[in-house]
Amino acid sequence: MKWQPVIGLEIHVQLATQSKIFSGAATQFGAMPNTQACAIDLGLPGTLPVLNEQAIMLALRFGLAIDAEIPSKILFYRKNYFYPDLPKGYQISQLDSPIVGAGRIPLGDGSGRQLAIERAHLEEDAGKSLHRDMEGISEIDLNRAGIPLLEIVTRPEIYSAEEAVLWFRRIHALVCYLGLSDAVMAESSMRCDVNVSVRPAKQARLGERIEIKNLNSFRFVEQALDFEIDRQIRCLEEGRKIVRETRLYDPNERQTLPMRSKEYAEDYRYFPDPDLLPLIVKDEWIEDIRQSLPPLPEQRSQSYQSSLGLSREAADYLCVDCTTADYFDSVATLSKDPVASANWIMGELAFANKAAGCTLADSRVSADALADLIRRINDTTLSSKMAKIVFAALCEGRSSSVDEAIDALDMKQLSDEDELAELVTRTLDAHPHQVGQYRSGKTKLLGFFVGQIMQATHGQANPKKLNTLLRKMLDKA
Amino acid sequence: MTEDISASFSLTQLSHKLKTGELSSEQLVTHCLNRIDKYDQPVNAFITVTGEQALSEAKQADRRRRQGDPRPLLGIPIAHKDLFCTQGTLTSCGSRMLANFVAPYDATVVNRCRAAGLISLGKTNMDEFAMGCSNETSFFGPVNNPWDMARTAGGSSGGSAAAVAADLVPVATASDTGGSIRLPAAFCGRTGFKPTYGRISRYGMVAFASSLDQAGVIAREVEDIAQMLNCLVGHDKRDSTSSRMPWTDPLPLMQKGCQKMRIGIPVALLDRLDGDCRKSFETAVAVLQELDAELVDIELPHAHYGVAIYHVIAPAEASANLSRYDGVRYGHRCDSPKDLEDLYIRSRTEGFGFEVKRRILTGTYVLSAGYADAYYRRAQSIRRLIRDDFEKAFDRVQLVATPTTIGPAFKKGEKLQDPVAMYQQDAFTVLANLAGLPCISTPAPPVAGLPYGLHLQARPFDEISLLQAGHALQQHTQWHRQTPETAT
Repeated sequence: MKWQPVIGLEIHVQLATQSKIFSGAATQFGAMPNTQACAIDLGLPGTLPVLNEQAIMLALRFGLAIDAEIPSKILFYRKNYFYPDLPKGYQISQLDSPIVGAGRIPLGDGSGRQLAIERAHLEEDAGKSLHRDMEGISEIDLNRAGIPLLEIVTRPEIYSAEEAVLWFRRIHALVCYLGLSDAVMAESSMRCDVNVSVRPAKQARLGERIEIKNLNSFRFVEQALDFEIDRQIRCLEEGRKIVRETRLYDPNERQTLPMRSKEYAEDYRYFPDPDLLPLIVKDEWIEDIRQSLPPLPEQRSQSYQSSLGLSREAADYLCVDCTTADYFDSVATLSKDPVASANWIMGELAFANKAAGCTLADSRVSADALADLIRRINDTTLSSKMAKIVFAALCEGRSSSVDEAIDALDMKQLSDEDELAELVTRTLDAHPHQVGQYRSGKTKLLGFFVGQIMQATHGQANPKKLNTLLRKMLDKA
Repeated sequence: MTEDISASFSLTQLSHKLKTGELSSEQLVTHCLNRIDKYDQPVNAFITVTGEQALSEAKQADRRRRQGDPRPLLGIPIAHKDLFCTQGTLTSCGSRMLANFVAPYDATVVNRCRAAGLISLGKTNMDEFAMGCSNETSFFGPVNNPWDMARTAGGSSGGSAAAVAADLVPVATASDTGGSIRLPAAFCGRTGFKPTYGRISRYGMVAFASSLDQAGVIAREVEDIAQMLNCLVGHDKRDSTSSRMPWTDPLPLMQKGCQKMRIGIPVALLDRLDGDCRKSFETAVAVLQELDAELVDIELPHAHYGVAIYHVIAPAEASANLSRYDGVRYGHRCDSPKDLEDLYIRSRTEGFGFEVKRRILTGTYVLSAGYADAYYRRAQSIRRLIRDDFEKAFDRVQLVATPTTIGPAFKKGEKLQDPVAMYQQDAFTVLANLAGLPCISTPAPPVAGLPYGLHLQARPFDEISLLQAGHALQQHTQWHRQTPETAT
């Protein structure tokens, strides 16, 4: 039988607010445990939540970017369950009337494909339990408790593991693009739960679904799904039933394992949080946010292709995140050569950054410097070979600007025709035998003369001009 | 001399005496501490007394007064119900669960009192987590009614009401979720006031049922209440539900009285009263009538559902509010738990008393999948109907009058085995919480020698009408001036 997997994603994004969603405590990653948790985050008696407006604005930004329905009134609910890292014994979340309603995300590959987003809601993150082996003692770090999360829920309309990763990447790019989050998965500021079921290819009804929680890399999403889809198909083919449950992915063993059974659904006893009044979404907010939205990746990519003449591949690459696209814009504008700019950013620069373990944001090569470099190539000051040496100097921090590097390395290309002509004359005079051979038909010797001159100029002679000049003078007699 | 002080235990008089120098704050605080020493053991109104700190604050207040500090409440003693967090001293909520809890911050109510120059003498006894109307659920023992020690002082703010009734302190803060200010005030013969929901910040007031909880005051006279409201009312950015409605100082407007006021009486609700209680109520409203108020019969068609839906909504919210007491971060933790589940179960089993457990279970049940529609959501619908009933009534009248309770203070133990009978004590008072209305209980003629209360309710944010009517009544009656013999 042919089987079809059906996948839906729940993506948790920690929003990049200065303070927590319901308290004034800071949200920086990596602080000492429990140094960024105030009385409200600790759930001390008598404390009350006060909504952080910045979290609302970031969530609305996402909503408007995916063209979602935005309700006029936003409600917060209490989701009740006990866990040691959940200080109040309930999580403030949303149920009805979430801040972002149904919307859609285009794939942005020119195919016109879209993924339906069911909703995105705001909630507070929980703390962290640390189970180090300490004589049976568990530790709790509440720094994370109360960090705003946007939970993005897609429709279950994804049909393979590769596609799931494709869409996860797409949503990751959009989140970065909109500046909602630093979305660093290693710091769990973005993580993904996947729901996956399998059904006979021609059946309309969905199979029983399994949830895989807390996947924090693209690779793990793909591996976990590959394993899980396989497991479910095998299970069904052996005539066994899929039992609804939550599983965790073990990347070392490359398999999913049951976490807790969901045979009877957990009862979270949601009810509207009486500590927070319904929030009325103001028209001005929507207008302001709409005005401030950056051009979205697919729009930007389109314009790179149509007005700058970039290939779709290059344009999509540059539009993966705002930083890269902004960097490209600067380089292209200053150098007046968009195609070369794109090639350098995708090629040498990406390679060098990877080797240095840095990103565009903290790269030593500024957009100004890269633009200068391209200008110096185009005005023939530098050969492409020399340009690479100058570029290396910039990357290693030996020079701070292109012209400084050219001076320091004595790298100016020799393009002056009179100077070149004199060099050619001198070289031809020094090798009369070879000149004779050339003139009697052994034109391959052109390379010999070029080599001689390059050696004499330490490779700085402009090769194009040199070739032309050599031919002209050899053919003269 | 000390008896002189007690005889004039209104804030207006005390404030005047402090201003003229006839009395110092130190003398006044010493007087109160002496009375607490002498009378509190049988009454059990206080859980914590902070005498030393109060005396040092009193000396400081006297110094400031001499330097010209004009704040009217400067140097006047107060007591706080033990659910207002006070930095550095115990805030127990009357529970074993918090019998070791010292908050690292002050509630907004406590802050504002301090800013007004009031001096806290300590924390008053209460029903555990404010759940009860007889003060018998307190981990620290019941509060006995100063009028008859065999009877309950009422609850949940029994300690605050009894402390004011026994003249241990001229004024005390309290909180009211279904009647917890007004009922003990009525049982103890004092004036209790619950403002409109949102008038006073809930920050630092340990939550029972967040959509119903409101801080307020118990004192001798309506004028005292007005002075306290001036200090307590106002928006607080730390409580999202606190109101931004402007507040006008009511003191200059108090003399207006209740002339031409239309006062509605929901006659159908009074059927259950016995003859003495009805007579007391009728006598009290007749005084208002003599003062030129007009009495009008009104209907509140859904009012009889009040107690039932209150006991769905309040426990539902409480079940979530009390989830944080899990033995993990603060509060009671059981000895050597085997595992996490054991820690939860035993800490909560040991830390909570019977009534609190009953309400957590009720609340959990009414929110459960399959029951939430029949209970929680239906109760919310009826709550809206009750609010609409009042809105309609307030189209015709300015105030709604009922007795505060169905009877005077009952004997301790009498209703402990019958929770439904106990819950019925709140029949007249829960409506104002459900509808978010301001309300007052002021003494009516005694019933069988025990205090009894007249209960007035107004439309949201119309505290002034309540104060005017209450003040007029007190200007023409003596019921609120009586002091129990046990405390003299």
